[in-house]
Amino acid sequence: MKNVSFEVKEGEIVSLVGESGSGKTTTAKMILRLIHPTGGRIIFEGKDIWKELKDHESIKEFRRKVHAIFQDPFASYNPFYPVERTLWQAVNLLEKKPSNKKEALELIKESLVRVGIDPKDILGKYPHQISGGQKQRIMIARCWILRPLLIVADEPTSMIDASSRGGIIQLLEELREEQGTSIIFITHDLGLAYYVSDNIFVMKDGEIVERGHPDKVVLEPTHEYSKVLVESIPKLYRKLEGL
Amino acid sequence: MEQVLMRIENAKAYYKLEKFSVRAVDGVSFEIFEDEVIGVVGESGCGKTTLSNLISMNILKPLTLVEGKVFMKINGNFEEISSMSREEVKKKLWGKEITIVPQSAMNALMPTIRMAKYVEHLAQSHELNERELLQKAEKRFEEVGLNPLWLKRYPFELSGGMRQRAVIAIATILNPKLLIADEPTSALDVVNQKVFLKVLMQLKRMGVVRSIIFITHDIATVRQIADRMIVMYAGKIVEISTMEKILQRPFHPYTQGLFNSVLTPEPEIRKRGIAVIPGAPPNLINPPNGCRFHPRCPHVMEVCKEREPELREVEEGSKVACFLYSEERT
Repeated sequence: MKNVSFEVKEGEIVSLVGESGSGKTTTAKMILRLIHPTGGRIIFEGKDIWKELKDHESIKEFRRKVHAIFQDPFASYNPFYPVERTLWQAVNLLEKKPSNKKEALELIKESLVRVGIDPKDILGKYPHQISGGQKQRIMIARCWILRPLLIVADEPTSMIDASSRGGIIQLLEELREEQGTSIIFITHDLGLAYYVSDNIFVMKDGEIVERGHPDKVVLEPTHEYSKVLVESIPKLYRKLEGL
Repeated sequence: MEQVLMRIENAKAYYKLEKFSVRAVDGVSFEIFEDEVIGVVGESGCGKTTLSNLISMNILKPLTLVEGKVFMKINGNFEEISSMSREEVKKKLWGKEITIVPQSAMNALMPTIRMAKYVEHLAQSHELNERELLQKAEKRFEEVGLNPLWLKRYPFELSGGMRQRAVIAIATILNPKLLIADEPTSALDVVNQKVFLKVLMQLKRMGVVRSIIFITHDIATVRQIADRMIVMYAGKIVEISTMEKILQRPFHPYTQGLFNSVLTPEPEIRKRGIAVIPGAPPNLINPPNGCRFHPRCPHVMEVCKEREPELREVEEGSKVACFLYSEERT
């Protein structure tokens, strides 16, 4: 990665768009405090996440406020435990925990209903017994419990059936509406980015080559790479030229 | 009036396992016309890849043709290819009447075999003169924009886009009537996807490839070249229509939801929004009773839960399997 700079405001949804090797996943890992930057700073809520967050308590708080949703829903679950375990773990991370197990279970059930799952359908089930869409929804239910300030979503719908994608995207938008959560989408899919984002950052070879409002990036691209990208992407309402 | 190249009649192809069967293609009927490009779209688990195996007569246990027939026009006569032995299929069909460009075609070539060897194998399987076929291959390479000298090289020596062209060129040397492309572009970046479509259409215009059946979950891609579209859901065909029709006026609620889930960087999409369909596609071991889409359908009626709708023409050029368009509508 070379000199990547951008900002994400409260309640904003942005996308880092690029092909594999563009540096978008590395950027995500740095934001999640998983990889150390070689230069530059990552500032969250006014603090440098490497230089100023060093003790266990502040790092724990950072992990409460910044969450990830990954591409492969299956990989986010331990196959030996029922799926709701991840929600119990979320409840235990809360600062203000529910006073007893019964209340905690109520909170878990509520979070499931919020993401469109009937608790009966998944409680007690193992990861291989539920669909990819359900797994992603449970990850979002986790976010609903924890109320992170920032979610880094790495290709959250690419492994989900097309007919289930709308539901997942709607849920993430609702989190922004209701909780003011900011979201960074990491994706190769400019169509998805165009649809959900307030701002798009197009990455190539470790750099941001184009940035701006989706309409600007897609309808008036300035960089050669983004121009070629937008031209080559097959569209629904118009045919590609030169076929 | 278009000429029919292939006819699939009520085909049921199941994966027969010890204790149960996966009903991947469960009563599918349609025709493929000469010189058309027909797209087959659906999500994972809808049966479309099994359909491509069925059409190419690549039916290996546990996949079994449980019912139905497939006919293909060979040398002017309709032959029942579904009753051919595997030997006959290899000799008469593969490479000659039907060819397949598989998923991730550019990785389909063994890295340790020079490309000319494929041509030699092809010649041997069909008892043709090797030298003549190699000459044909060299000419075909030129026609798709590849230096014929590449034939003597290994696949890994070419770039992804070039390998795509090489695979299509070799697969179509004998000018097959039907090319089956099963998710050919899903592993490619956008630029190489366009190259693939370009090469395919170029070969079609040249008359080298006649009919194409393009099987994919990527609607925006197949829409670029398809004349007609088949939409599959849970092992069944729910709609068949011309390309323009299905974009303007999809009839089946699943088609509407599916097409309205497509996200492309176009202003119309932001206005349209994204469809939200509850639930997920069913498994094919125990699909729902009646219409398989009924548990997720916004327009479900009582009849939908009990009976399966038939695929019927609703307007010229459009067939739908849905009770909303028949007398059963309450």
